[in-house]
Amino acid sequence: MAKLKLAVYWGAACGGCDVSILDLHEKILKIGELADIVLWPLAADPKYSDIEAMEDKTIDLCLFNGAVRNSENLEIAELLRRKSKILVSLGSCACFGGIPGLGNLFNKKEIFNSVYLDREFNANEEQIVPKAKVTVPEGELTLPEFYNTVSSLEQVVDVDYFIPGCPPPPDLLWKAIEAIVSGNLPPKGSVIAGDKALCHECPRKREGRKVKEFKRLVDVILDEEICILEQGVVCNGPATRGGCGARCVRANIPCRGCFGPIEDALDQGTQLLSAIASTIDSDNPEEIKKITDQLADPAGTFYRFSLPVSMLKRRKEEGEE
Amino acid sequence: MSERIGVFVCHCGTNISSVVDVEQVAKDAGGWDNVTVAMDYKYMCSDPGQELIQSKIKEHNLTRVVVAACSPRMHGPTFKKTLERVGVNGYLMEMANIREQCAWTSDPGELATEKATALTRAAVKRVNFHQPIKESEVSVNKATLVVGAGIAGIQTALQIASAGYPVYLVEKEAYIGGHMAQFDKTFPTMDCSACVLTPKMVDVNQDPNIDLFTNSQVVGVEGYVGNFKVKVRTEPRYVNLKTCTGCGDCVSACVMKDRIPSEFDEGLGKRSAIYIPFPQAVPLKAVVDKESCLFLAKGKCKQTCIEACQVNAINFQEEEKFTELEVGSIVLATGYKLFDPSIGPQWGYGLYDNVITGIQFERLANASGPTGGKLVLKDGSQPQRVAIMHCIGSRDENYYAHCSRVCCMSSVKFAHQIKEKTGAEVYEFYIDMRCFGKQYEEFYNRVQEEGVQFIRGKGSEVVEVDGQLTVRAEDTLLGVFREIPVDMVILNNALIPQEDSDQVASLFGLCSGEDGFFLEAHIKLAPVNTAVDGVFLAGCCQSPKDIPDTVAQASAAAAQALSAIALGKVKLSPVRAAVEASRCSGCMSCVNICPYGAVGFDKEQKVSVINQALCKGCGTCGAACPTGAITTSHFTREQIMAQIEGVCAQ
Repeated sequence: MAKLKLAVYWGAACGGCDVSILDLHEKILKIGELADIVLWPLAADPKYSDIEAMEDKTIDLCLFNGAVRNSENLEIAELLRRKSKILVSLGSCACFGGIPGLGNLFNKKEIFNSVYLDREFNANEEQIVPKAKVTVPEGELTLPEFYNTVSSLEQVVDVDYFIPGCPPPPDLLWKAIEAIVSGNLPPKGSVIAGDKALCHECPRKREGRKVKEFKRLVDVILDEEICILEQGVVCNGPATRGGCGARCVRANIPCRGCFGPIEDALDQGTQLLSAIASTIDSDNPEEIKKITDQLADPAGTFYRFSLPVSMLKRRKEEGEE
Repeated sequence: MSERIGVFVCHCGTNISSVVDVEQVAKDAGGWDNVTVAMDYKYMCSDPGQELIQSKIKEHNLTRVVVAACSPRMHGPTFKKTLERVGVNGYLMEMANIREQCAWTSDPGELATEKATALTRAAVKRVNFHQPIKESEVSVNKATLVVGAGIAGIQTALQIASAGYPVYLVEKEAYIGGHMAQFDKTFPTMDCSACVLTPKMVDVNQDPNIDLFTNSQVVGVEGYVGNFKVKVRTEPRYVNLKTCTGCGDCVSACVMKDRIPSEFDEGLGKRSAIYIPFPQAVPLKAVVDKESCLFLAKGKCKQTCIEACQVNAINFQEEEKFTELEVGSIVLATGYKLFDPSIGPQWGYGLYDNVITGIQFERLANASGPTGGKLVLKDGSQPQRVAIMHCIGSRDENYYAHCSRVCCMSSVKFAHQIKEKTGAEVYEFYIDMRCFGKQYEEFYNRVQEEGVQFIRGKGSEVVEVDGQLTVRAEDTLLGVFREIPVDMVILNNALIPQEDSDQVASLFGLCSGEDGFFLEAHIKLAPVNTAVDGVFLAGCCQSPKDIPDTVAQASAAAAQALSAIALGKVKLSPVRAAVEASRCSGCMSCVNICPYGAVGFDKEQKVSVINQALCKGCGTCGAACPTGAITTSHFTREQIMAQIEGVCAQ
């Protein structure tokens, strides 16, 4: 059998997904046997021009991690789509926008101000912020354009499969690679993960208890046996796709929601919000307000990984219809 | 196949058409996807209106219908039947509420028309996704639970029992009769209250179809219309109901005799710790007040009552008892509480001896009351000048906004009685005289002729000026401030919801109105029904009302219960929630929020399960479900999203 051609790329990402590929450990050698790596910025040094020079659909499998945050991300996403037979959205950022997607609560100007100008540690007397084009005596320099809005990969190009997770668990990644190598492909659009929400595979005991207060993780020592939500700590498990093996809750950490919404879910954040609201043990509006005020950063908690693909998508801009 | 939708826009006379351009709405609707026919008509709910819908269904072979008219609570059932009569499932109809939610809340003009169009478009988008669903039928248990044995509960119970069906009558006090048993005379006929009430009380006790539970409260309600399961807790009476003869020997023997303020006499008389509150009490059996009984409260007493009892009816070991009942309908007749005027020091209640409430006056005037019916001041002398103050706590934004409806007439009655008994000067301080009932105005005129002085102006203050009780008020007819010295002040205080009305409402799944009284299904057209099928209201628990209105409503509630019994079966709405097990992750978000206890949990499959018989289709579980595993039929996600899309579309 001819060797497969494999591309791995990162958009707006932290690099964790690339590292999770390395987490395949000795199986990575197997990948070396099965495939030629035509692009992997983290580990190898091919050029974009090499990819551009290829015939369309030359690459057998492209693992694209990271969100689409700037014009370079978009350009390469489109390029790799053209050149790849199978494009896999790898990790929460590519699948749902991920943590960079929380940038949609702001806009480009606010982000630049915050990063380059307003902070105590900014030493930027000339008030320089990145520009897509700048002219210097030697000529014109360009940078990718930074977008106002973060998108998931699927929002910009057609995607064949999704492997969620922050980072994706190596066993799911391996499962996907095996399926592709063996030609035993799942239906297009499949999410390589569980079908039900995390609670289904959570080993903790649940009784449907309600809570009188919400606590932050730093303020409690969690019981290891009882449902985290019933201990008054927000856990995103009820509205988050399972299949991760309940890694976090087994480590006594609440689910952060990285596997994103479950199949056909309307909106992970609002569904979480209503599930969390239903655990509040009070009928008194004032007391309920007091309890909900204890929820720190609701947008960042409930939409932690999925804001760009939610019904909200982003904060409404002034003057926007 | 795409649907064939008919859109019918109602003018509602001029209710809608004076604000909304209904013809324009119909014209616009005619151009929407899948709309086969769209038209407007003066009164869609009228016979010709419904016939119009039916003829268009047949003519165009319509598969869906949208009626843009009033609230679906008003005419949803009407139009549902319109469809059913021509063989179309009633759930394939959707109403757009362009009256209550548009015409009545908008100024006439383009914006109102735009809103009506948006609401209609939402209904059209939604109706595409409607499914033909069917009601199920369940049999009706022939027994009825009546809660509260004042005149309302008594009337309901007797009426149902007289038709030959069993009634469980539950009363929290040890005796039945409620407030009416305390009254002396009733307006406008001046019938003696006891003379009209006590025969009914005796009937209750003797009717073989009525099972009376005194000292009892409902503590649990499960089930649904036709098939309720009710749990009743009976507090110990410490007296055997079967053997006690009501002779009263124990009452005279009690060491606390004449030392405990009598609740029945509103604190004006005294009773023993074991007592019978009034001579005509039903059941005519003694009861021990465990708070004031020395033996029960402190464990130390000679137990003279036990010695005195010749039939060994007293048993201090008696314990509370629980009874499970199965009934088809429930009538709540839990009555009212009287506003406590000591809350407002301006009225002087509790500060001055001769400031009393209306109900205290009833006891003073009553021949079996603490003074044997003599109207006297605290010192035993007869009053020369008496003030009666209306609207104490009612029609007052500081306390209760509602009108208590009975106080104008009872004040007129008091005035008449005072004149009759003492000939004293009587001053009535009123805001408006509301004498609206049959023979009420005539009675008012008669009492005016008796020389009672009616002063239009709410009494603002009761004070003592140099030891003289004085009422201060603005006389709004003369435009002067008046200070009137009197010997006695009667505060006619408001009728307000019972202390525990919120708990009772939540126990039975009812809603309370802004005034705190139980909310009826429709203020005009369903005044005895509630939001819970099979639970009805009678008397003052719904709103203050006089005895004739209470009796009428109580009979109406009985008729509702009887009609369910006569039919033998009731229809259950098919609008209910269901769990799609393959999506449910067992997070239990839905389990403890169901107000009807309909959501259970299958521990083996680790999924939620909804009891279809208990589910009311309220949608709470579906909203809480974080995975979308719960769907409420007729309120599916695609229906609701289509509706939202319709409202938002341009």
